Amino acid sequence: MSRYTSATSADRAAMLETIGASSTAELFDQVPEALRLDRPLALPPGMSEAEVFERLAELAGRNADAEEQVCFLGAGMYDHYVPAIVDAITQRSEFLTPYTPYQPEISQGGLQVMFEFQTAMSELTGLPISTAGLYEGPSSVASAGYLAIGATGRRRFVVSRGVHPHSRETLATYAEGFGAEIVEVGLKDGVTDPAALADAVDGETAAVFLQNPNFLGVIEDVEALGGAAKAEDALLVVAVDPMTLSVLKPPGECGADVALGEGQPLGNRLDFGGPSFGFFCGTEALIRRMPGRIAGETDDVDGRRGFVLALQTREQHIRREKATHNICTAQALNALAAMVHLSWLGREGFRELGELLVRRTAYARQRLAAVEGVELLHKAPVAREFALRLDAPVGPVLERCAEHGIAAGYPLGREYPEYENGLLVAITERRSKEQIDELADVFGTAISAERGEFLSHSESKSPQPQEIG
Amino acid sequence: MAATETPMQRERAQTIYEKSKPGRRAAVLPSAGVPEPPLEELIPKELLRVESPRLPEIAEPEIVRHYNRLSRRNFDLDTGFYPLGSCTMKHNPRLNERVAALPGHARLHPAQDPRRAQGALELMWLLQESLAEICGLPHVSLQPSAGSHGELAGLLLTRAYHADRGEQRTKVLAPDTSHGTNPATVTMAGYEVVKVATNGQGGVEMDDLRAKVSDEVACLMLTNPNTLGLFDENIAEIAGVIHEVGGTLYYDGANLNAVMGHSRPGDMGFDIVHVNLHKSFSQPHGGGGPGAGPIAVSERIAPFLPRPQVTRREGGNGSGPSYDLDFDRPKSIGRLRGFQGNFGVFVRSYAYILSLGADGLAEASEIAVLNANYLKARLAQGRAGKHLPIAFDRHCMHEFVLSGKPMKREMGLATLDLAKRLLDFGFHPPTVYFPLLVEEALMVEPTETETKESLDAFADAVEQILAEGEQDPEIARQAPYSTPVRRLDEVKATRQPVVRQALS
Ligand SMILES: Cc1ncc(COP(=O)(O)O)c(C=O)c1O
Repeated sequence: MSRYTSATSADRAAMLETIGASSTAELFDQVPEALRLDRPLALPPGMSEAEVFERLAELAGRNADAEEQVCFLGAGMYDHYVPAIVDAITQRSEFLTPYTPYQPEISQGGLQVMFEFQTAMSELTGLPISTAGLYEGPSSVASAGYLAIGATGRRRFVVSRGVHPHSRETLATYAEGFGAEIVEVGLKDGVTDPAALADAVDGETAAVFLQNPNFLGVIEDVEALGGAAKAEDALLVVAVDPMTLSVLKPPGECGADVALGEGQPLGNRLDFGGPSFGFFCGTEALIRRMPGRIAGETDDVDGRRGFVLALQTREQHIRREKATHNICTAQALNALAAMVHLSWLGREGFRELGELLVRRTAYARQRLAAVEGVELLHKAPVAREFALRLDAPVGPVLERCAEHGIAAGYPLGREYPEYENGLLVAITERRSKEQIDELADVFGTAISAERGEFLSHSESKSPQPQEIG
Repeated sequence: MAATETPMQRERAQTIYEKSKPGRRAAVLPSAGVPEPPLEELIPKELLRVESPRLPEIAEPEIVRHYNRLSRRNFDLDTGFYPLGSCTMKHNPRLNERVAALPGHARLHPAQDPRRAQGALELMWLLQESLAEICGLPHVSLQPSAGSHGELAGLLLTRAYHADRGEQRTKVLAPDTSHGTNPATVTMAGYEVVKVATNGQGGVEMDDLRAKVSDEVACLMLTNPNTLGLFDENIAEIAGVIHEVGGTLYYDGANLNAVMGHSRPGDMGFDIVHVNLHKSFSQPHGGGGPGAGPIAVSERIAPFLPRPQVTRREGGNGSGPSYDLDFDRPKSIGRLRGFQGNFGVFVRSYAYILSLGADGLAEASEIAVLNANYLKARLAQGRAGKHLPIAFDRHCMHEFVLSGKPMKREMGLATLDLAKRLLDFGFHPPTVYFPLLVEEALMVEPTETETKESLDAFADAVEQILAEGEQDPEIARQAPYSTPVRRLDEVKATRQPVVRQALS
């Protein structure tokens, strides 16, 4: 018996007798002998709870987390403060351990949470319809592509280079399957190039994809850019950072047909990238094409108000190959965390937090741009994240900052070779003025050290013929 | 039956928005500590929001009370038996929650430099190795976020594999017993689904399969044991038929809980397997996620796996091995999602594997199969045996499917009525009306973490409901009575959808 099973030898004997089998091995008889594993799995023997804890704690101890380092990393996931009540509520058995609410009479708690969550996301995005959520941000972008093909009958996506690289790559992965061409539109002065966008959109375009703020942290003029999509009856899909929606004009007021995004900033921990959730909102016209679960309000036979999974005829378990999406298990618990966090912030707190982020970000941006060897990658307005260009190799600078206990930011070079020494710096309410000042100091020292080394290095190297190959 | 309202029924649903009052609040934020110019000086006015989103205004005590009260309107696995077929509702060890919450996991930023995330990458590597061994396939990607996402990965891998050989195939075969995500995924991956019939033993009908294979077939998607809870004895032959025409074989691992340490999909001939970590590997179901759907693949599929992959480099000079993320995979299908996957789920599932070890995993499957067969035997007795016959009468694996057809014909009770009446007895009903092949289906999966006593109590309840139904079927037809709400009008919710709270 392991600690999670209860069959004693007496139980086994009694059960086998009822079954009419002589051993449990007999029950596996239907597995052809040649396919039965004739050895134990090559895995270590089981461990006690205390030992497992120690082992996992040892592994966790070899990660530099946001408690150990001051974290200025962002790029879609942010080190926000998650209030204590989020943990308390999401760890309740009644929310943690049921499955999808297939039996609504005994799932009113979860269904009502979905309904409340849908209301919140609809409020945030300014669009009338919200689903109960998808896996995470980038695959939600890809899901919008699938929706757009169904809604327009066209197979061409125009995508801003300001959309998160993970989203663009995920969209491309999915498009390889359902079949769509992707045209990318570049950035100019930090924002999506409006002329290039207008040129790229044509009568075959199913959807235009923007992100706001874009990956460089810049606030896009979604309304103006979206005109290109409207002109050709293409859908306008906008990925948004939910934490900025208290201060930025919501996509629903900018002409978006679909607004979606990564939900992690709302009530979810970093978890090295997941689980979080993706939110997905749309116009009334798209309600029967939306992906995933949607809770709806109804009555029971006695007239009591209640909630059920609505519009299930979109979904895989009913429509099978004609479903609007294949998703089944989603991220319900993470959406609950978001709902609790938003309730805790409340209408006023949510706005105050958004304003706090904008102001601290403005301060940090100014403070860092004043550091010798640092310039802004662009001057356009930002909300909670901004991009810099360093006059020194970014890798070693980050390494020096890490030695001072600071994760200074996200290097742009791999995904944006055009910004080779670019760095993305993110601010949350956890990043105090003092920490920002400290970052500026450490950063300055690191850059000047690297520039010194860089210069002396290149001087000594300059007479040498360059190595090729 | 006179329906007197229970206290919970009397308490009518009220959303948190309806409890809101202007001026109330919970959060107190840190002060900015930096200059506070008006926002319009930082961001052009036309890009700013005018009216704040109408989030609830409510203080912390009432938020806590609201969600705690809501939670009591849920049935959950920690409280009662949850034999929801195909979903593997096994116990969720709390140790796993504790280790997932360690700051080194929970507060680790996904863009952390791999050199400072060695513990996380090692954990992912170890989980990959463990799943490879359990599945009998050498290469693993942890990226997919759930089973259906793994299925999509599998078909995109299949497409890339064929394309790499200069082939364009158009069809994917799937049995008529397959889960809805299978055909939905086929369409999403740009293929056409072709249904394969089921034979008298509940397995794939070989003649039908042979008639439908051709060099247009890209893949066969199969669950084994299948959704009837039966192991397809012809699996080696099926694999041969598919491989002969050059197709790939996809294993929907939703039912892996039947065979861990007993039989491996890789040895059965499968090329690609997804594993639902929220089923066999104890990640809590969370009311509908989160989960994770890692895939394990054979050598020939490996070059196409999603980016990035975790790699391990052996250490030299007395230092240990090191781990990294490999983005440089030219044949990769690309990303399926952001960052590295649902890492928090990986932590829980790895803790589970460490807890059970090789023997414990094999024992889990053994008891899962024993429990299912025992409950099946119990339900073959008495009234259940008469009104709810087993769909395919042989030993089952970890689950089994009953048909409510005689119950409906003889007593006028639909499977739905039985399910609803079970709610009054404190049980979560089995999966109903799936698989589609079985009329009035009830799909029962008890899992290994249930006691014999729980199984007996469930069988007794079914017997009692059927006895009651013989006397007065109307009782079950009107059930449930004791739940927070009674039967709900689902048609209305779809015809006139109200999917958010109206706010003024
Ligand atoms: C047989 C089967 N296949 C596929 C799935 C889909 O898995 P997921 O819900 O993780 O996407 C499920 C369960 O939900 C299942 O039972």
